[in-house]
Amino acid sequence: MDLTNSDRELTADVEELSGENIFSCYQCGKCSAGCPFTEEMDLLPNQVIRKVQMGDRTVLDSNTPWTCASCLSCEVDCPKGNDVPAIMEAIREISLRKNLDRVDLNELDAKGLPEIALVSNLRKKTG
Amino acid sequence: MIYMKDILYYPGCSLKDTAKGFEDSAIKVSEEFEINLKELSRWNCCGTVYSLTDDNLMKQLGPVRNLIRARDEGFDRLYTLCSMCDNTLKRTNKLVKEDEEKLDKINNFMDQENDYEADVEIRHYLELLRDELEWSTVSDKVVNPLEGLNVAPYYGCMLTRPKEIGLDDPHEPSVFDELVESLGGTPVDFPYEAECCGSYNTVDNEEMVLRKTQTITAGAGKSGADVIITACPLCHFNLDRRQADLLEVAPNHDPVPVLYFTQLMAVAFGHPEVSKFEEHAIDPRELFEPEMKVGSER
Amino acid sequence: MPDKPEAETVEIFIMGKKYEVPKGLTIMKAMEYSGYQYIRGVGCRGGFCGACATIYRLEGDYKLHTDLACQTTVQDGMYLTQLPFTPAGRKQYDLEELEVSNNPLLDLYPELARCVSCNTCTKTCPQDLEVMDFINEAIRGNIKEVAEMSFDCIQCGLCAARCPAEIPHHHVGQLARRIYGRYQAPESEHLDERVEEIKNGVFDDELEELVNLPEEELRERYENREIEA
Repeated sequence: MDLTNSDRELTADVEELSGENIFSCYQCGKCSAGCPFTEEMDLLPNQVIRKVQMGDRTVLDSNTPWTCASCLSCEVDCPKGNDVPAIMEAIREISLRKNLDRVDLNELDAKGLPEIALVSNLRKKTG
Repeated sequence: MIYMKDILYYPGCSLKDTAKGFEDSAIKVSEEFEINLKELSRWNCCGTVYSLTDDNLMKQLGPVRNLIRARDEGFDRLYTLCSMCDNTLKRTNKLVKEDEEKLDKINNFMDQENDYEADVEIRHYLELLRDELEWSTVSDKVVNPLEGLNVAPYYGCMLTRPKEIGLDDPHEPSVFDELVESLGGTPVDFPYEAECCGSYNTVDNEEMVLRKTQTITAGAGKSGADVIITACPLCHFNLDRRQADLLEVAPNHDPVPVLYFTQLMAVAFGHPEVSKFEEHAIDPRELFEPEMKVGSER
Repeated sequence: MPDKPEAETVEIFIMGKKYEVPKGLTIMKAMEYSGYQYIRGVGCRGGFCGACATIYRLEGDYKLHTDLACQTTVQDGMYLTQLPFTPAGRKQYDLEELEVSNNPLLDLYPELARCVSCNTCTKTCPQDLEVMDFINEAIRGNIKEVAEMSFDCIQCGLCAARCPAEIPHHHVGQLARRIYGRYQAPESEHLDERVEEIKNGVFDDELEELVNLPEEELRERYENREIEA
């Protein structure tokens, strides 16, 4: 692993936004084992956490935080009781707070979508 | 006139519109228990899903305001039907109960409302059934026992996770199984009962949700289920409406209808007509053909 | 000859520049007194058209206030600017083609789902409308309620300017009122009947007579007309 571009600020930002100690994770992989959407992800949840620990900014380009459905299975399975969903949310928020929305309302066809779907999607994927 | 006990009830946006069958069946079922679901006045959207960032206060305003309104109306308990609203309100409530500084900030910001004193409890309707009324009371109201009906309980995510506010064990939940048994039906064990349906990804990643829909509904079918029950309008949309979408691309899929648990109760209590089955994408009516004739408008 | 009494004045700041203006003037009159000539942001001058949206602060008060310039009296230390127009995207739709069975408000304005119920819109509204409440009704698809609650909206756009979720409240309200009027409000049968009567010439003779009256007689008839109480 190349640590020459390690960005401590990323680690600090994620910790601050999530309120979690990112180094509490000892990479047991239970979160990834229980996550129902790993087939759709380019990085496993535990790999995402690893990248944050290492200050690897490429984690912001991963589709994993955006595929995450906030189902909280990872939180329930984590042996350290880490709030893994909060870590995923922190990574999303880093982009959203810079006005980099994941979902573009200008392109969205909302017809037929129930209120609950729109409210929750826009809550997680727009800033 | 039957004396009805009022309980304060928070519908959530979908239950007034796309999931009206959920609300209507719950109101009817509650009448059987002599309970009036009194809607909270001037409620606002709960803003699901609960915001997880540590510094976020704006997204807690909506939920807290509902708690204040409940207190203003003289109740210390607010009941929910929608599992996502339940989860959001419970988590926000817990946050402000444990973090006085955040509660102060929120109260100060909402200077035109009464202060929230963290003295309202959120309860889901299933908790009312299981813990307050108890299953024997539910069984007493059954006029059409669901004999021979195999029901797959779909818990989804929000009822049982996270553990701090979940109303049942996240790995081995049983509340729906107990409900089905009390109605005379047979609960079916299937491996995807607490696996996420894809949730809000249905808006911008429909294909991913279709795959999940297939896994869950086919899984229920293979385990012998005639019907799936849920407590969440988003799960219902993903398992029902998206199941119809799935049939267009996978016509060999064997469809399994999806009901809200109160709709199933309404059928068992002899009031299938309130459930608005005609609005479902996968038609459940043939399952209840004999029962439908009881009090039915058809 | 006694000295003419000097008018009492107050000090206000228009876009940062200080002016002494007579007490008791409206903001609009005060701006014109100060030499500003309105070519935008003015309309009926009667609190009805929503053109003169104004944002101001008061000395010693941290809050941002919003109101109409033609309806608000100046106060000493008032620190103001105008917002002649709020660019709030109005979605394109054809009222006749609209599918109103589900939730057309949410279909056309999905940004409604971003509402966090912060209540900023209600606090901003110069008409004291319960904006947050009708936006919540809009999310639920309750068109009648939105139409009724937004009835007094004058489209000033201040709510949309301040909303963190970028919702154009006044456009949503207008759409709801249009849908309600076109598809949901009960039809007034007596209106339809009267229109039929007019088309069938029931009133043609009377109208012809009136049109051909000399002015004096017309005036007399007008002044002696019966006005139903």
